[in-house]
Amino acid sequence: MIRVVARRVLVAVALPIILVGIWWSVTQSSTDVFWPPLSKILSSFAPTWFEGRLTSDVVPSLVRLAVGYGIAVIGGIAAGTAIGSFRMLREILEPILEFLRAVPPPVLIPVIMLFAGIGNTMKIAVIAFGCAWPVLLNTVEGVRSVDEVLRDTGRIYRLRRRTGLAKIVLPAAAPQIVAGARQALSIGIILMVISEMFAATNGLGFTTIQFQRTFAVPQMWTGILLLGIIGVVLAFLFKLVERRVLAWYLGIRQTQRKG
Amino acid sequence: MSAVTVDTPDGTPSARPPSRARPSWWATPWCRALIGLGGFMLLLDVLPRLGVVDRQFVPPFGDMAAALGELASTQDFWYSLGDTLRGWGIGFAVAMVAGVVVGVLIGSVPVLREITASTIEFLRPIPSVALIPLAVLLFGTDLRATLILVIYASFWQVLVQVLSGVQDVDPVAEQTARCYGLRRLTVVRTVIWPTALPYVMTGFRLAATVALVLEITGELIIGTPGLGNRIGLAQSGGQIPTMYALVIVAGLLGAGMNAVARAAQARMLRWHPSIRRELT
Repeated sequence: MIRVVARRVLVAVALPIILVGIWWSVTQSSTDVFWPPLSKILSSFAPTWFEGRLTSDVVPSLVRLAVGYGIAVIGGIAAGTAIGSFRMLREILEPILEFLRAVPPPVLIPVIMLFAGIGNTMKIAVIAFGCAWPVLLNTVEGVRSVDEVLRDTGRIYRLRRRTGLAKIVLPAAAPQIVAGARQALSIGIILMVISEMFAATNGLGFTTIQFQRTFAVPQMWTGILLLGIIGVVLAFLFKLVERRVLAWYLGIRQTQRKG
Repeated sequence: MSAVTVDTPDGTPSARPPSRARPSWWATPWCRALIGLGGFMLLLDVLPRLGVVDRQFVPPFGDMAAALGELASTQDFWYSLGDTLRGWGIGFAVAMVAGVVVGVLIGSVPVLREITASTIEFLRPIPSVALIPLAVLLFGTDLRATLILVIYASFWQVLVQVLSGVQDVDPVAEQTARCYGLRRLTVVRTVIWPTALPYVMTGFRLAATVALVLEITGELIIGTPGLGNRIGLAQSGGQIPTMYALVIVAGLLGAGMNAVARAAQARMLRWHPSIRRELT
């Protein structure tokens, strides 16, 4: 048992350790300005981020992401459920939604900047607007494909609209909605970073690009690392939430696969 | 599906006589789509003219269309469009080839797969835009700076799909192939590839979209020549209708790309049960 676990751990960490090792040794005696030694990057990580910038840059960025993403998920599910439930509405709105979804989200930044300047409102609006489409369209698709028998059963039992939504429609659409929310999260992170790179006075993206403009190369590298870590951690947290929310669904799928 | 059968929820032909079942003209999906689009454009034109939204920020749709017409008559616009398409095409092609080759290689060798799993899980969620500062440092506003972003972002989309596709191969089919003593390459071509193809095409579709998003991002933030760059310039220069016209072009580009990718998927997989079922 212990040997199995030990082997697993070894297999999981072997390649990352080798890669980091290669990075470390190749850059160790590097004098190239753009590729500073990894040791130097790591030693400047703490002074760069943990002496004030954590509260002045990292936290504001993450709060903007959380608020924008939250608005997008709630709004997307609400609007998606409405559009998915009424066929006529769906048919009328479909081409517009297809078009709006196809607009690459980054071009929203200059557009929304017109209305909202370069402050928090602009960034939250950009994130919310960009993240809303995957959630909205997946909700429409999920609500539309709810099992007819389930829906009719609910109707026969004369469930109230609200009960039907909460007990039948939304759970049935949940796997699709979660898939949309996962797409939205990576779009949200991209928008968080580049809205700050485009125009801002604080934030992770702003600070990192500022380091690059002032040729503070090791600090810039720490910014890249931090952004990477945040991406990985958020993806991990999402997986945890997904496992909770969709526990019943993942369970069914697993038994189906075995059977 | 003909208009007659539209009414029945399960898609079986309606038993009712066609004369009664035929929906009125406005109830056909096509017509409703047109109503939606037309209504949207009309609102976009009327609301700014009535002053409900500020004309300075959202010009009437007519102005946007006029700006679009003006743009289309300048050579610069077509050059920018070409720049965007070129960057997108190169990045997408490189990511696609690299993703498929690496994916099939890793996926069909269990040891490699096991060893690389944690690294792939870790590298994939790293937002590609984090690389922007590095890309600018190395290449300035050159085409290559944006290319790095495009390739990095779309490569993972393809790789992950190919990996799950290769994993999906039926063990019996693979063992049968081995019993027949097929060569490694023949196994890849006749057993692994057909199983993985649906996944590859999903990766193709996702990567095409992601590549466009990152191409436009690179142009907007880094300043690589292309549509994204012009959108930023139009905004800072106060040419608001032109900016909206360019946004519309970007949207049409994205929508067109989706349509092409979907058609390609249907064509490549026309033998696959999931597509065949849709057609009948």
